[in-house]
Amino acid sequence: MPPTPMADKPLLKIEDVEIAFSSPDEADIVAVRQVDLSLYPGKTLCLVGESGCGKSVTARAVLRLNDQNSLIRCGRIRFSPSDGETVDIAALKPDSLAMRKIRGNQISMIFQEPMSSLSPVHTVGDQIDEMIMLHEGLKPKDARERTVALLDQVGVPGPRERANSYPFQLSGGLRQRAMIAMALACKPNLLIADEPTTALDVTTQAQILDLLKELQEEYGMAMLFITHDLGVVAEIADEVAVMYLGDVVEQGNVFDVFRAPSHPYTQALMRSIPTIARKKERQRLSPIKGTVPSAKDRPEGCAFTSRCPYAFEPCAGMMPGRTSVSGNHVARCHLLTENARKAEVPA
Amino acid sequence: MTAETLPREHVLPEAVPVRESQAGLMWRRFRQHRLAVWSLWIVAAFYFVALFAEFLAPFEPSAYNPRYTYAAPQGLHFSYTDEEGSWRFGPYVYGYKVEIDQAAMRRTFVVDKEVRHPVGFFVETKPYHLLGIIPMNVKLFGPTEPRAPLYILGADRLGRDLLSRLIHGTRISLSIGLIGVVLSLFFGVIIGGFSGYYGGWFDSVVQRVIEFIRSLPTIPLWLGLAAALPRDWSSLQIYFAITVILSLIGWTELARVVRGRFLALRTEDFVTAARLDGASDWRVITRHMVPNFMSHIIAATTLAIPGMILAETALSFLGLGLQAPIVSWGTLLQEAQNIRTLASAPWLLLPGVAVVVAILALNFLGDGLRDAADPYGR
Amino acid sequence: MLRFLTTRLISMVLTIWAVSFVAFAIIQLPPGDYLTAYMARIAAEGERVTAAEMEAMRQQYGLGDPFLIQYWKWISGIFGSGDFGQSFEWKRPVTSLIWGRLGNSILLEGLAVLVMWLVALPIGVYAAVRKYSLGDYLATVFGFLGLAVPNFLFALVLMYLSYVWFGTTLGGLFSQEFERAHWSLPRIWDFFSHAWAPIIVLATAGTAQLIRIMRANLLDELKKPYVTTARAKGLPEWKVIVKYPVRVALNPLVSTIGWLLPTLVSSSVIVSVVMSLPTAGPLLLRSLTSQDMYLAGAIIMLLGVLTVVGTLISDLILAWIDPRIRHGGGR
Repeated sequence: MPPTPMADKPLLKIEDVEIAFSSPDEADIVAVRQVDLSLYPGKTLCLVGESGCGKSVTARAVLRLNDQNSLIRCGRIRFSPSDGETVDIAALKPDSLAMRKIRGNQISMIFQEPMSSLSPVHTVGDQIDEMIMLHEGLKPKDARERTVALLDQVGVPGPRERANSYPFQLSGGLRQRAMIAMALACKPNLLIADEPTTALDVTTQAQILDLLKELQEEYGMAMLFITHDLGVVAEIADEVAVMYLGDVVEQGNVFDVFRAPSHPYTQALMRSIPTIARKKERQRLSPIKGTVPSAKDRPEGCAFTSRCPYAFEPCAGMMPGRTSVSGNHVARCHLLTENARKAEVPA
Repeated sequence: MTAETLPREHVLPEAVPVRESQAGLMWRRFRQHRLAVWSLWIVAAFYFVALFAEFLAPFEPSAYNPRYTYAAPQGLHFSYTDEEGSWRFGPYVYGYKVEIDQAAMRRTFVVDKEVRHPVGFFVETKPYHLLGIIPMNVKLFGPTEPRAPLYILGADRLGRDLLSRLIHGTRISLSIGLIGVVLSLFFGVIIGGFSGYYGGWFDSVVQRVIEFIRSLPTIPLWLGLAAALPRDWSSLQIYFAITVILSLIGWTELARVVRGRFLALRTEDFVTAARLDGASDWRVITRHMVPNFMSHIIAATTLAIPGMILAETALSFLGLGLQAPIVSWGTLLQEAQNIRTLASAPWLLLPGVAVVVAILALNFLGDGLRDAADPYGR
Repeated sequence: MLRFLTTRLISMVLTIWAVSFVAFAIIQLPPGDYLTAYMARIAAEGERVTAAEMEAMRQQYGLGDPFLIQYWKWISGIFGSGDFGQSFEWKRPVTSLIWGRLGNSILLEGLAVLVMWLVALPIGVYAAVRKYSLGDYLATVFGFLGLAVPNFLFALVLMYLSYVWFGTTLGGLFSQEFERAHWSLPRIWDFFSHAWAPIIVLATAGTAQLIRIMRANLLDELKKPYVTTARAKGLPEWKVIVKYPVRVALNPLVSTIGWLLPTLVSSSVIVSVVMSLPTAGPLLLRSLTSQDMYLAGAIIMLLGVLTVVGTLISDLILAWIDPRIRHGGGR
């Protein structure tokens, strides 16, 4: 399937979503604020950020998989498959029939820990069969045939025997391949991958990434890829969105963002990646000062204020708006508006 | 760019370092456990009763009165209006009148609201020795008229006062739990400690023995051991023999806890450091390891007491535990074995209430201590 | 699997051997030899025993021999010819006395285990899934009561209430006319109309514990990522829970039978005494009080063996339902 042009209507559009978690003895914690994201068929959007920045919460919200104490306070998650009507996922009940028909069938997900994400007491084959039988109503025997074909496709050697294995009998890489086979079982329009390579060793990581790219091309599905690894982003992303403490601070085409990071946090992230250089030319890595504050202590304004070397007057008090840098590359930083204003003044 | 000069509003205040002793820390965590704090008070009350049993109980546990067999509980009342209609205050109990139960063909004592016997505090009685040492001749309360009946919780088949017997039984049942646990702790700490500290073959043997003992049904075993006690032993000898029998099985749980803590601590860096500094085994154990799991031991010990009490109650209930004249909750409940007797004198089950309350309180207390002892929560 | 089985079997044989040793030690415990006690009893009943008879018995039981030889005579009698010795009190072989009663014990305890599971499973699942709900609190309260109320006390209260409210005495396992009858539909009906009370009494404490364990296990499992995976498949919530976390939480629950059984056997002894059930319990108590030591030893041994075999069965079930054990996989 040829890649669809950008102008095409998005498959998934997350608009101004805010997600909060409530607990019985504390005030609600807002995990994600004002998130806007768009996903297009055949394209990959990477959500990047440190742990706890809300990237997983955002991704899980698409399938309404967050815990019961979470609430999508506002915003919409519009899902428009090419062969169906547009649904606002944010308005569905998590355990409703409509939501369950989307899960696994049109949008599926793979997780970080292939070991703990598969049931330890069911065979890999049974777990994949179940998905096929559930959404396509196949008989167990036919479902198993499909499962074996899928396992073969994702590169599991000896798929027929492997289907009868339990997860603990497989290596980490094979487990993740099985997980991918399960996610692809019903040919979803969108695949959400929540750090699928983090728990794997480096060579396996590369194999899994290649496999995902291959499969994406074949199935023409969109992919929402979550990672904290900028190397992985460079490898797989078309678009990137950088998150910090619940805010998307910068987003846009991966080349634009990498070439000209415009938010101080993105800039700092880029500086903290080691580069390969001769010993003499090596530079000290510059880690970001301080630690991520808790979402409870987040200022009203830009979440990065407490660690930002450039923080000034409006940062803590006012949420910066989305400012266009170039094309669809936008960042949320008061510096950008300030610079723009300064640039205007002399003129 | 002038960012650096701008004030930061959200600078955290310097954290004030507070040093708290481990006990203080534990106590603070313990207090958050409201049920456990309540239980602590209840347990304290129980042990207070056990300690001052002679003073608190209005009668000797064996004092009988055939005139009042199975007399119903009188309850304790505090105020009434006398014949002139004026309001009087002061503790009193009602008297009894005899009725003939036609169906059962025997006399029953029912509370007669026409007769009132006043009850006084700190009444003088026959001289006795508190805890067998301190000579006294005053009881907390008792009838002020010499021959007046006082059966607040009723009487048993020999007309003995259930309340007094319950109070004395509390002493025996709680002390047997306590002594049994101390004995178990002694075995448990020594065996479990060796096992955990040195490991190796000794550890595996001990583990197998513990597993074996824990896989056996305890009551038949206890019964078998208790039945073997010589018949001519005094009740005090029997009392101690029973505690030993109970702790023969009870030590396993404590040994398990001690061993577990030892194993966990043995590989800790501070223990290795102490050993590298040349500290002797004894010093490493007593100065570095024991203080670290003392709280766990206290919690486990508390949790072991209810089991002991229940075991004693069960053995005595079956007639193979403590023997009369010793009074314990178990021997008291033995009186309630016959269902027909129980139907006409249901107050004989009251010792059971004491058992349940004590067991619950000790369990909650133990749970609270255990949670407080574990700094990382569970 | 084979390795698991063999180690289990070996440890069971060793345990049974140790149980027999303990049982025999208990036989030997009472002061004085039991033949003397037996003589005294017979003399009290006005019978006479000749010196030859006495010598024959001395030979048979190996009295006067060292402990280990006596033990050997006893244990080889059991495993050789199923001979547990003679009951002094009943003047009959021990075997003729115990099997029927032991059968009743096994039946009652088995049913109690069944009831425990049937009641505790759904309640435990409910308490975990609806954490901190009213039902959860009720289950917790019930759990603590089950822990604190000694079962004989519970039995007494139940008997008292039934006597006062309905005028019936609970107790026994059969009505008189069915006592010696063969199993038939009316007899089964009669059995259950008697047995429900002891079963409830026996099952309560275990049920309370199982609920607590099931709740705690399931709460742990519910947080695991594979539950999210199952949810992400599009399964309905109840199916997600029943098929995955509940299934996994069952495994540790099965292994609790290992320590649940000893307590159950213990409590069945005392409950049987209170409710006068024709099980091994009252017979044991009676034999102990009358120092009928061969009978007592046999019962203690068989109750121990019963527990050990029950534990082995639970281990086998565990291996059967948990692939990680079946395939010797890492945990």
